[in-house]
Amino acid sequence: MAPKIETTRHPIAIEIEGLDKWFGGFHVLRGIDFTVKRGERIVICGPSGSGKSTLIRCINRLETFERGRIIVDGIELNDDMQHIDEIRREVGMVFQQFNLFPHLTVLENCTLAPVWVRKLPRREADSIAMHYLERVRIPEQAHKFPGQLSGGQQQRVAIARALCMNPRIMLFDEPTSALDPEMVKEVLDTMVQLARDGMTMLVVSHEMGFAREVADRVVFMDSGQIIEAAPPEAFFATPQHERTRAFLAQVLR
Amino acid sequence: MRKGRFVRRELSPALPPPVAASGPLRWLRTRLFAGPVSTVLTLASLLVLWLIVPPLVTFLVIDAVWSGEGREACLAETAGRPVGACWPFIAAKLGQLIYGFYPAGERWRVDLVFATAFALLVPLLVPPAPFKRLNAALFFVAFPLAAYVLLVGGWFGLAVVETRAWGGLLVTLVVAVTGIVASLPLGILLALGRRSDLPAVRWLSVAFIEFWRGVPLITVLFFATYMLPLFLPGSWSIDNLLRALIGVAVFAAAYMAEVVRGGLQGVPQAQYEGATALGLRPWQTMALVVLPQALKLVIPGIVNTFIGLFKDTTLVMIVAIFDLLGQLRAAFADPSWASPSTLYTGFAFTGLIYFAFCFGMSRYAHFIERRLKAGR
Repeated sequence: MAPKIETTRHPIAIEIEGLDKWFGGFHVLRGIDFTVKRGERIVICGPSGSGKSTLIRCINRLETFERGRIIVDGIELNDDMQHIDEIRREVGMVFQQFNLFPHLTVLENCTLAPVWVRKLPRREADSIAMHYLERVRIPEQAHKFPGQLSGGQQQRVAIARALCMNPRIMLFDEPTSALDPEMVKEVLDTMVQLARDGMTMLVVSHEMGFAREVADRVVFMDSGQIIEAAPPEAFFATPQHERTRAFLAQVLR
Repeated sequence: MRKGRFVRRELSPALPPPVAASGPLRWLRTRLFAGPVSTVLTLASLLVLWLIVPPLVTFLVIDAVWSGEGREACLAETAGRPVGACWPFIAAKLGQLIYGFYPAGERWRVDLVFATAFALLVPLLVPPAPFKRLNAALFFVAFPLAAYVLLVGGWFGLAVVETRAWGGLLVTLVVAVTGIVASLPLGILLALGRRSDLPAVRWLSVAFIEFWRGVPLITVLFFATYMLPLFLPGSWSIDNLLRALIGVAVFAAAYMAEVVRGGLQGVPQAQYEGATALGLRPWQTMALVVLPQALKLVIPGIVNTFIGLFKDTTLVMIVAIFDLLGQLRAAFADPSWASPSTLYTGFAFTGLIYFAFCFGMSRYAHFIERRLKAGR
């Protein structure tokens, strides 16, 4: 069986200090200070172009940054390839467009990294993959190709694929934005289950129902900055900043 | 029912589609004579076929001479009828066309190489055949060494046969197979080099690709054969055939690099990100995720390059290497077979051989493409 999610190692999962990032001349992240405790579930929302995806993509170095520090599980994220490798092994990511490998079966998608990065024997990788495919409730699709599955099923495979690396932290970059409405729930249900199991999660999403249900904190970003962060009850009931209020008025009609 | 509202009481069952009229007549009407344009095109195609096929069959089969000992058999005066293809000419020259001037007593070595290649290649190309890895290792590593020893000789008591004596189909296949096998990996490396983040690697790759694509193959072969020795110290001598082999392989690799680059550009950035986020190293991402998809995208272009390469091998004739076509032309010079139809017979025969190889590659690639598409 797959090992349980480890929750004891470092009390702070992610620490971000004074993070600045530019795309060319465009200041996309402006002085972000943010700490995520182990086991915390954070939902990040905000208008498009606010920098929320860029922020979580910095955490596993899909994007570089110009100024500031990110410390993941006590490991400083810098140009040291060893640190980057270690952090990527700790951090799983789920993308808006799933990013499954279309030339590999569902099972092969899930075992590729365990075999090549963790150097697990194929049989062990297979049994771990089947364990997580059962957890996202699609073990019967293991030998199909991603293109044969529905969007919701593909996204659940993507979640299982990330979990197969046994990460301590999961990043979700708008996981339900590319899905047909009737498939959103099956993906959110999987994420709720993951949250209940104690996974540290950073979720960029506009699913306010999900935020209310599982988030410990909701973060609102705009113009590359954190405008407001609060527990969901407070965030939705008494938003303080006018931009937050304007945004909520748009999404909670 | 209240105004403005509709509620279905019973769901309609799914019905089978209406039976369409079928049969040969309907097929003719919808596919060949669907309208005036279609009818004109059909008739024009029939006319073209009528102009080409009957004369071809008449020449190759009906009027053909099938046996005889010399040019007399293929002359209309002696045969007393119109004469088509002169097949005895091909029969008499077959050895030369296949082996060139490879000594007759040693030709079993060439046969053995052909047979081994065939025996290893067929299971490699048939997807369900087992032991693919062993098979590939044998074909790509063990076979070239064995073929080299067998064809060149000098070991195990085999007499040395200089490459000058090689010729015919043997040379065509040696040049083509070496070119094909060498150009794909070399082309992939060049394509990756062209996309490298390291400027030196990128510039070298670009320079290499653009140089070899910019000069005609004939120039390359000419230069390698006649000019290179002038620049090399007198004691250095590289075998003439080997020089042509390298020239062809490098030339094809430059084209292949651009084909592969097209495939690499077709793989979305998201695939790199998905693999990177899982912790795969850049080379693992490339080898396990990006390249398999990129190569699949450009199978038609790869095969196109292979086919072009196969036919370009005829250009080695320019540097006094007698491939299939070269041996054919040498055979034409034999006065004992000089007849009006000798030339046509010879070109028809070699044309069919080239066509068989190229068409075979094309069909196989088509089969693989469809197979890769199935299930996706």
